[in-house]
Amino acid sequence: MAMTVHCDIVSAEEEVFSGLIEFVSVTGSLGDLGVYPGHAPLLSELKPGPVELRKQGGEQDIFYISGGFLEVQPHKITVLADSALHAGDLDEAAAMEAQKHAEQAMADQTSEFEYSKAASQLAEATAQLRTLQQIRKKLSR
Amino acid sequence: MAVGKEIKTQIASIGSTRKITSAMEMVAASKMRKAQDRMQSSRPYARSIRGVIQHLAKSNPEYKHLYLQERETKRVGFIVVTTDRGLCGGLNVNAFKAAVSSMKEFHDQNVEIDVCALGSKAVAFFKSYGGNVVAAKTQMGDQPEVGDLIGAVKVMLDSYEEGKLDKLFIVSNEFVNTMTQKPNVEQVLPLKAEDDDERLNHHWDYIYEPDAKELLNSLLVRYIESLVYQAVVENNACEQAARMLAMKNATDNAGNLIDELQMVYNKARQAAITQEISEIVSGAAAV
Repeated sequence: MAMTVHCDIVSAEEEVFSGLIEFVSVTGSLGDLGVYPGHAPLLSELKPGPVELRKQGGEQDIFYISGGFLEVQPHKITVLADSALHAGDLDEAAAMEAQKHAEQAMADQTSEFEYSKAASQLAEATAQLRTLQQIRKKLSR
Repeated sequence: MAVGKEIKTQIASIGSTRKITSAMEMVAASKMRKAQDRMQSSRPYARSIRGVIQHLAKSNPEYKHLYLQERETKRVGFIVVTTDRGLCGGLNVNAFKAAVSSMKEFHDQNVEIDVCALGSKAVAFFKSYGGNVVAAKTQMGDQPEVGDLIGAVKVMLDSYEEGKLDKLFIVSNEFVNTMTQKPNVEQVLPLKAEDDDERLNHHWDYIYEPDAKELLNSLLVRYIESLVYQAVVENNACEQAARMLAMKNATDNAGNLIDELQMVYNKARQAAITQEISEIVSGAAAV
């Protein structure tokens, strides 16, 4: 049987996932990273993007998080998300709408503050769409 | 018949007080449920981030963040979390007792104290008790938000970073269950390792991404925000539970008072009737 490690995904509002997993991949601030059981201790900041799990037994699951932190211990993985959603609950139309909206806001920037806000909205919307694409890829495979 | 006019009015006034207290009890009961839900929904995050910080405190990092360094204690900060409103039993008083007894320990060692008061009751208390209040936040309502707290907490964190404060504590009530709330004094800074996990007792450090300084800064600030937020949310649940209990007792007591007064009134009325009858009878006999 494959090695497993305990993984918790929590957002500020609720506990999203808690259980044994064989593999997890997240979007770190320096790029995507995959973690197997027994990984060296790691602390990383997370960017908005998908969190992909392979649960014990091989079942796949995808969540979307809007940034946060990742802690890896050899015996435990913790994802501290600012907010998290099951990828199935993502709304593609709304994400595309948000992306368009944010792009527009960035185009007619009025102040520094609004620009950075729009930029972070754009990053989130793009990450949501990326998560959805990943699910679709999984389904077609 | 003018018997017991005063008693009658007294019964009526206690009756209306009872109506008010029982209404407040019901309001508190319904608010408590929501406050409890809020407390429970943010608990997993608070627990997980605390776990991460505990691990961090046990690591042997190359870069030692300010929040992890023990310093000589010359001045300490207290964040005291209380309610905005009264009529909630001994909740605030117990928190103040806990705060004052631990402040006294520092005072005896000639350590100065700064206070950050969250909630009107804390502000009022430290105004009359005489504490150096450097930050305050009141009227957070039933749904406190992290954004409301950041300002007040930042004052404390800034003075910690500048080296004005050497320790930071938070005083708040812990929600044990509806009947019990326990005042708690907890050290926030510098971070202390409490977790005795043997797997972490060897010499190790994290791999940091992007770099240790930036990452720890945002992580630790997030941790303290989460800690204070959790304390405020939990205190809110405590407030509603304590108020519900206090109002339930008040309602019961009002009921007892009314029963007693009713008994006194009935006896007086009976005595008056008896007297009247005996007057009539003796009057008739005299004729």
